[in-house]
Amino acid sequence: MLSALLILGGIGLVLGGILGWAAIRFRVEDDPLVEKIDAILPQTQCGQCGFPGCKPYAEAIAKGEADINKCPPGGDDGIRRMAELLGVEPKPLGEGLAHKPKSVAVIDENTCIGCTLCIQACPVDAIVGAAKQMHTIIEAQCTGCELCLPPCPVDCISMVVIREEIDSWKWRYPVYMLKQAA
Amino acid sequence: MGAREQRPGAGGRRLHAFNGGVHPEEHKSVSTSRPIQPLPLLPRYVVPMRQHIGNPAAPLVQVGDKVLKGQMIGLPEGAISVAVHAPTSGTVLAVGHRPVTHPSGLPDICVEIEADGEDRAVAMAPVDWRAMEPGALRAHLRDMGLAGLGGAVFPSHVKLDPGKERKIHTLILNGAECEPWITCDDLTMRHHAAEILAGAAVMRHALGCETVLVGIEDNKPEAQAAMRAAAEHAGYPVEVVAVPTRYPGGGGKQLAYTLTGLATPSGGLTTDVGVQVFNVGTAYALHRAVALGEPMLSRIVTVTGHVARPGNYEVRIGTPIADLLAQAGGELPEATGLIIGGPMMGFDLPETAAPVVKAVNCVIVKDRLLFPPPPAPLPCIRCGACARACPADLQPFEMYWYAKAKDLGKAQAYSLFDCIECGCCGYVCPSHIPLVGYYRFAKSEIWAREQEKAAADAARARHEFRDFRQEREKREKAEKFAAKAKETLAATTATAEPGEDPEAARKKAILAAAMEKARQAKEGVQPKNIDKLTAAQQKEIEEIEARRARAVEEKGTP
Amino acid sequence: MIGSPHVVSERNSVRLVMAKVMAALVPATLAHAWFFGPGIWVSLLLCLLFGLFFEAFALGMRGYPLKPFLTDGSVLLTGWLLALSLPTLAPWWLYAVGMLFAVLVAKHLYGGLGQNLFNPAMVGYAVLIISFPTHMTQWPAPGDLAIHVPGLAEAFDLVFAGQGSISPDAYTSATPLDSLRTQLLNGKTAAEAMTQPPFGYFGGKGGEMVAVMVLLGGVLMLMNGVITWRIPAAFLGGIALTALVMQLIDPTRQAGPLFHLFSGAAMLGAFFIATDPVSASTTPRGQLIYGGLAGMLTVLIRVFGGYPDGVAFSVLLLNMAVPLIDTYTQPRVFGASAPRRPRV
Repeated sequence: MLSALLILGGIGLVLGGILGWAAIRFRVEDDPLVEKIDAILPQTQCGQCGFPGCKPYAEAIAKGEADINKCPPGGDDGIRRMAELLGVEPKPLGEGLAHKPKSVAVIDENTCIGCTLCIQACPVDAIVGAAKQMHTIIEAQCTGCELCLPPCPVDCISMVVIREEIDSWKWRYPVYMLKQAA
Repeated sequence: MGAREQRPGAGGRRLHAFNGGVHPEEHKSVSTSRPIQPLPLLPRYVVPMRQHIGNPAAPLVQVGDKVLKGQMIGLPEGAISVAVHAPTSGTVLAVGHRPVTHPSGLPDICVEIEADGEDRAVAMAPVDWRAMEPGALRAHLRDMGLAGLGGAVFPSHVKLDPGKERKIHTLILNGAECEPWITCDDLTMRHHAAEILAGAAVMRHALGCETVLVGIEDNKPEAQAAMRAAAEHAGYPVEVVAVPTRYPGGGGKQLAYTLTGLATPSGGLTTDVGVQVFNVGTAYALHRAVALGEPMLSRIVTVTGHVARPGNYEVRIGTPIADLLAQAGGELPEATGLIIGGPMMGFDLPETAAPVVKAVNCVIVKDRLLFPPPPAPLPCIRCGACARACPADLQPFEMYWYAKAKDLGKAQAYSLFDCIECGCCGYVCPSHIPLVGYYRFAKSEIWAREQEKAAADAARARHEFRDFRQEREKREKAEKFAAKAKETLAATTATAEPGEDPEAARKKAILAAAMEKARQAKEGVQPKNIDKLTAAQQKEIEEIEARRARAVEEKGTP
Repeated sequence: MIGSPHVVSERNSVRLVMAKVMAALVPATLAHAWFFGPGIWVSLLLCLLFGLFFEAFALGMRGYPLKPFLTDGSVLLTGWLLALSLPTLAPWWLYAVGMLFAVLVAKHLYGGLGQNLFNPAMVGYAVLIISFPTHMTQWPAPGDLAIHVPGLAEAFDLVFAGQGSISPDAYTSATPLDSLRTQLLNGKTAAEAMTQPPFGYFGGKGGEMVAVMVLLGGVLMLMNGVITWRIPAAFLGGIALTALVMQLIDPTRQAGPLFHLFSGAAMLGAFFIATDPVSASTTPRGQLIYGGLAGMLTVLIRVFGGYPDGVAFSVLLLNMAVPLIDTYTQPRVFGASAPRRPRV
């Protein structure tokens, strides 16, 4: 009886030791969780999640303070990838949030009065202009966050949906239904 | 499985068989009975600016401009781009989006020309390619709009510049034409063999290579005979080799392997093994560009299938496909659509107003008999027929499995990007799964995601910099304020009247300083660009002011 | 719009593949009826009908259309293979239970056609031999050994009404593999055991001829391109090599390669069961490993295991190893310098 206990205990100790050594010796250096979550987020910095940017949202998710379904620009795909990363079930987009087609902001240059309010609001510095000078948006750098819309005193900024062009066109997922096959 | 060797070709050259491949019904004789026929001048041409791989050309003309045949109307932009020319003389009707020959059916920027019927051409002059600098020759070819006519339309001048590190030892002229139905290369070889080899002489010169091989599938004896006869008088050694008829034997990498036994590295180009491959039609066009100075104004197009007069036509670039079909006698009754290219790799044309471009080698009119609708797909049973048919030695069913599940990383790990989309897997699949559709979906999705990721990374960097900048500005302001406050404190303490509470005096002084500063600001800083205004500008300003007032009213807050 | 290619080979469809495989089973089935009596027709019919029934049931539950999947031939093939693997003249519910597990559990619980990890027929067989060992070892005797060979009507009677008038001893006998095992346990040598009545020229009496017919069917499939040579060759090679090694080690108690190749379900396993593409390895090198290991395991189970035949268990075990084998035996891509190793 005692010898059995000793042998099993000994084996346990030895194996435990090996496992412990292996865990240290072969540790895989990994990005911290926040970085991984931040890499999935679309970086629009739009704040629709209720946090002032993607990074703070990522930090909140990592701490377990925020749900994963608060990011409309990330789409269902983003939610799915985050669920995969965190090992939780994907869920539909949170209440009051809606997916929108990808857009960019465009300033009506005839109406702009050069107040610089939108420049201050833009989270990615995609608007150029100076006080009392007409402003314009660098389309390639606009994330479509819409943060420049509310501050504009003359409502001269509108969101324009990005149209599909030949060079951005994608082959569609071949859809056929096995269930309809006859 | 290693390199299987095959029976020697007619010239005694040892051929190498690639794995896989299929042999669908050829249907080539449908369109080979007539010689190449020219098309009459049409009233209207639509010339897209994006006809080649790389950057689209930039339009050089405006609405109302008069153009001549051969006049450059699209300027090459960047290193990988070629010029676009007017197919005839006439007036520019429009510069804008028109339907183009693309599987998406999306419009693209085109120049629409109304022909004046005179077909007057710009002055064209031959160039002495032997005396030309290599760079000048390539620039000439770029300005002549030369792009590969085999279907990929890669700018030829780029392919003729393999770079200093790479030595090209073999030039292969691709006359294999392995796709069923298509015969435009066959007919070009039959009728223009000498010109093709004259064009190849220029390529050989530009590439600095010795060996020139012409690969022709053994189902084209007439073309082989014509090319052999022309090879006698080419003035340099040319070997015309019959290769076995097996699709996709005309793929560049496959043909290079068949003829030389050199396998192009995965993800590389044939130039990595010292071989450059050009379509025979490209060689013919190159000859015209050099010997006549004629830009790429037309190409030979096979019109076949369920059409009244199937055959090969010399078609000006920009000819609407509907007009081309009308010239070929029109579709027969009960046609079910058009394929651009061959049945294995071509695409359904969504819009017949789209024009013939440099990439269009074949127009097939479908009907239910020749192209029955595909049988309903069943699930994959992993039978491996696709893997045995795959010329790239891939495991197509694994790629399909992951592409279908949208597990793009795994699909890529199974060498998705080595897939040449030849369609052999879909052809043999017993479950009739549209396999290539899944690979195309996965590829374009991966490209799009990479772009999205780059954009997100850039946005993150910009956002982080903005945060940093704001932080810095705040800090600097705070520091400045602290310094100023200290100064003021020192000053006020110095001027404090005896008996007065030093603290109150300090506050008063600060207040006075602030008021003084505000007054200065009010007086001193004035917008500088509102004096000396024109009446129009003044009016605009007033309008804006009025609108602002309205906006304030509506919102209720200033 | 599905896109290119716009043409498909008309010589290839799932239905056609399944039909060809079933056609290749016809000679073996005829031989079975010739040597063991018409009982096979009853069990075959039952297996096919139960198969269709359970398939229709599962498809209905899952909301799939019946017609394309009932007519694809896969469930018929499963039924046919199971019928050939089971003793004839067993009670009807044995076939029902076998097909229930084959179709509902092994096939549809995994997602239906093309998704099953395990060979359905072999899952059915394994469930039956574990659950009903007595029924599964009552094999009809070949014609010239049997006291009485039940005719078709009698066979129906036996299957549906049970063994009323006729004693099972009248028409059953031990299979050669069973008999060999018993004789060896009784201290006889393999050579002595193989002089017993159930043994034929090189395998079991009757059974060896069925195996030859299975081989014929397999060769026909090879010539027709329905299957490739790798899995059958490796499977048979694995059996022969292992049996040979065993015989060299212990000549008195081992039966030798020829006997192992032509007894039990070895031939059926090599050409019809291990080659089931859905559950088999798919890479060229992987197929050799898969077939070879399955053949080796078959002999090991026969010699050391508790069950008389090992084909079903060895194939099921190797089915489990297929993803691993495939991952590590990916072929070299055209123009690649080394075989690809996908991330696991």
